[in-house]
Amino acid sequence: MLRKILPHPLLTLTLIVVWQMLVNKLTLGNLVLGGILGLIIPVITSPYWPNRPRLTSVPGIVAYVLLVIWDIIVANFQVAYIILFKANPTIKPAWISIPLELRTPEAITVLAGTITMTPGTISSDLSADGRSLLVHCLDAPDPDAVRDDIKNRYERRLKEIFE
Amino acid sequence: MIIEILISACLVISGVFGLVGSFGLIKLPDPMMRLHAPTKATTLGVGGALVASMLYMHFVNGTFSFHELMITLFLFLTAPVTGNFLAKTHLHLNRKASDLPPTATDRPWATYESDEMRERIEAAEDASAD
Repeated sequence: MLRKILPHPLLTLTLIVVWQMLVNKLTLGNLVLGGILGLIIPVITSPYWPNRPRLTSVPGIVAYVLLVIWDIIVANFQVAYIILFKANPTIKPAWISIPLELRTPEAITVLAGTITMTPGTISSDLSADGRSLLVHCLDAPDPDAVRDDIKNRYERRLKEIFE
Repeated sequence: MIIEILISACLVISGVFGLVGSFGLIKLPDPMMRLHAPTKATTLGVGGALVASMLYMHFVNGTFSFHELMITLFLFLTAPVTGNFLAKTHLHLNRKASDLPPTATDRPWATYESDEMRERIEAAEDASAD
């Protein structure tokens, strides 16, 4: 019964919080409106989440988000350094193919997003069966090291969170 | 006074990174490399302006504003998607499958798998599942 009214409790909570942050003013009216949105949207969108993964490890998620934010800041300085101080012919761009151990689409989406936001890498494509990820590196003298780094640093953590 | 210096520092950082990102667009030689400049250097550019805005709201105006956090969240959700769209468009228009490393599986990169090929493989998979 409860699952019918609240198919996705976390989404409901997120929607209520996001709505409060968007209107930027905590009143009873806004809270009720946020609550209504939080009840209706998950029910309407539940057909689009057929086998969604269970997120178990909250500390894991927080640690992952902090790690990614830190890496984004570092990434900005690295990319700025490459743009400003490296001559074009000495920059070595490379395509690398990363074999994926992750199987849930949500986890692969998060990994691809993380790769795009972090040091000198952009995720460009997925193989047709979703088992490897194509990544472009801005400056990678050693493509294998980049691949191992992504697998150890992000994929391992996401595997713990999602699977 | 300290707060003013802090806000100014954030604004300067934001301006510098915005400038570097734009400069990268001109300087880097090919489209895939150019894509790196705006997706990254700009994150800190926008981030700096947002932190400055939050500090100003909190310490000078005395109100707390969540809008900056929301902007950051939406930026993090949309930047990878646009990056991916641009990269895929580039693959379709300017590259061939032979320019890219192999996929490590028996199917090609999704951009280069034709619809007929996909239908055939999925039909075979359905048949073996029955």
